[in-house]
Amino acid sequence: MQNPLPSKLQSLLLSSEVCPDGHVEMKVERSHLLEVLKGLRDDPACSCNLLADICGVDYPDREQRFEAVYHLGNLDSGQRYRVRVGLAEDDAVLPSAYSLWPAADWFEREAWDMMGIQFEGHPNMKRILTHEAFQGHPLRKDYDASQRCLMTEDDLMVPDWAKEDQASADDFETQILNIGPSHPATHGTLRTVVRLDGEVIDRAECEIGYLHRCFEKMSETHGWNQVIPYTDRLNYCSSMINGVGFALTVEKMLGIEAPPRAQAIRVILSEFSRLMDHAVCLGANLVDLGALTNFWYFFQPREEIYGLLESCAGGRLTVSYARVGGLSHDVPPDFEERCRRLLKEIPPFLDDVDKLVTTNRIFRDRTEGVGKMTAEEAIAWGWTGPCLRASGVPYDVRKAAPYMGYENYDFDVPIATTGDTYARYLVRMEEMRQSLRIIEQALDQMPEGPIITGDHHVALPPKARVYSEMESLIWHFKLVFDGIHVPKGSAYGFTEGANGELGYYVVSDGGGQPYRVKVRPPCFAIFQAFPHLIEGHMVPDLIAIMGSLNIIAGELDR
Amino acid sequence: MRQPDGSSIVLTTKLQSMLAWVRKNSLWPLPFGTACCAIEFMSSVSAHYDLARFGAEVVRFSPRQSDMMIVAGTITDKMAPVVRRVYDQMAEPKYVISMGACACTGGFYRAYHVVQGVDEFIPVDVYVPGCPPTPEALIHGILELQKMIQRGETHYDRLSQKGAGNAESASI
Repeated sequence: MQNPLPSKLQSLLLSSEVCPDGHVEMKVERSHLLEVLKGLRDDPACSCNLLADICGVDYPDREQRFEAVYHLGNLDSGQRYRVRVGLAEDDAVLPSAYSLWPAADWFEREAWDMMGIQFEGHPNMKRILTHEAFQGHPLRKDYDASQRCLMTEDDLMVPDWAKEDQASADDFETQILNIGPSHPATHGTLRTVVRLDGEVIDRAECEIGYLHRCFEKMSETHGWNQVIPYTDRLNYCSSMINGVGFALTVEKMLGIEAPPRAQAIRVILSEFSRLMDHAVCLGANLVDLGALTNFWYFFQPREEIYGLLESCAGGRLTVSYARVGGLSHDVPPDFEERCRRLLKEIPPFLDDVDKLVTTNRIFRDRTEGVGKMTAEEAIAWGWTGPCLRASGVPYDVRKAAPYMGYENYDFDVPIATTGDTYARYLVRMEEMRQSLRIIEQALDQMPEGPIITGDHHVALPPKARVYSEMESLIWHFKLVFDGIHVPKGSAYGFTEGANGELGYYVVSDGGGQPYRVKVRPPCFAIFQAFPHLIEGHMVPDLIAIMGSLNIIAGELDR
Repeated sequence: MRQPDGSSIVLTTKLQSMLAWVRKNSLWPLPFGTACCAIEFMSSVSAHYDLARFGAEVVRFSPRQSDMMIVAGTITDKMAPVVRRVYDQMAEPKYVISMGACACTGGFYRAYHVVQGVDEFIPVDVYVPGCPPTPEALIHGILELQKMIQRGETHYDRLSQKGAGNAESASI
């Protein structure tokens, strides 16, 4: 493949190449970083409108110990770019990209919190996932994974602007209100501090990290397949999609592909998971707005899907069904029959909700025109998934960069144009119907055959052969003790999660465990625009907007 | 209550037993849901499993109105002071169910930001294992708690027998 970078940019780079995963990779000096990023954004040959991810990697043995990695993309052409910058330990400071893409906001704060890379010119450079009293930067290789730092209630974050206003007595019209983390409408772990001018929110700040369970650190101490149960708990409403996304990324690094039957089963269960995720999102959103009935309507088909997942994988919610190279085992004999029954049973539930909600006066009054996001803003904030499509951008990874054979299925990418809370509801409703279409086609085309790759560097040989053949026994032994040896290098794999682009940036040092796993959670980029979205609205609108964004804390905080 | 011949039935019991009987059959849960377990809690109260059959469906997010805290999900160091604050705000008698591996022991997150079991800072009556526990397991846990309340074996009962059933003495 030709290197598509314009020559003006190339002169600023240390090196550039096209990686096997299709990304154009660049190495750049810190002094030229902003210029390169700006060039990538503005040059018509690249016009990267999406800043997908920023992450830090620690290489203690290198002279330049840290490396910051930027993932950029052009949503129209689908071309992806990766920019790497090396940083010395005693001078780990980078210019902030916040002025180019507001999406850099939380990603840079995360890189500071986790890795200790400072960003100059960032408007709010402080910890994000851990708490104020935390010492050290946990994703550095010399940080012990079990080293805890306790916090007390005095360390709870209060934004500086909130402190100031409370102190001044003549500002009696404004009032500081803390919402969450323990609030029924914040789904457990989200916290927002708002300043009210009368009843209108005039400033807001989010605090996250209340569910930061150290997924990335845990990944570095487990084998490649052992990471999959952890990925299940990222977006636990659609756990299958996460596991598949990780498996696909590792398969990309290994240069293998799962057999067609495994891919078809992955597609079917992923689409069922997407449906469940949307059902939870809409159900919870409607409960927050006072419409409890729909929640029950949505939970009934969910129970049926749980039953299906349980029969395949043994777990209802956290399935751990995907493996690197395929699936853990085959589906039960009545799988197809059950799926077809579900395909018949689910649409009436959707129709019921449709009839109750879509033209409901109260619902429309509370959601239309509330929490509006234009397409340009949404892209600049790094939005993907249903929320972006509700703003009118028809970007769906399943269409833009098809994986697992999505190119063989006939389905539509629903979009809405208004970008408000109501539009997000409509897009999710239609996506559930499209998921059913995909499932139906996948069932029709489902091939027979193995469900995991026959490459025994990657997948365990069948038990019967382990007990009867010397060679299989050795493979089994090697895999269990050493793990999969993924070739040295890195890859960024991205799939369409229920909330948008779910990316995994994985670095391998050739050992049996990942060297670094960085998740690009779609919620993270979406939720950072939340303060911007709610300004000018009232508190009840905040609840409606938050529900429509479908923020899943497991994925947001990891 | 009357027998067929019109004479009344007298039941004798201890005040303590009657209170326990009343309490155990009208538990008002406060779901402190943070993660995956909260989704299974939602399943438990939904139509299919219907927690209402056991008198524990009146879910209240206000600590002042509820008496059974269900810690559903991983509790991190950042969240711990919030859990403790909410627990302290609940009126006595109060009970705690720790739902799922994370709330019980930290689960498979033996990591720098995860509390290794909520009993580090609040007293737990029933531990429900599982990752996440199925709704059946949670319902079993609630039934066990009901038995404990009837037998007077909860943390609340132990503390009140010592003659100090107020909120401060519940600190461990």
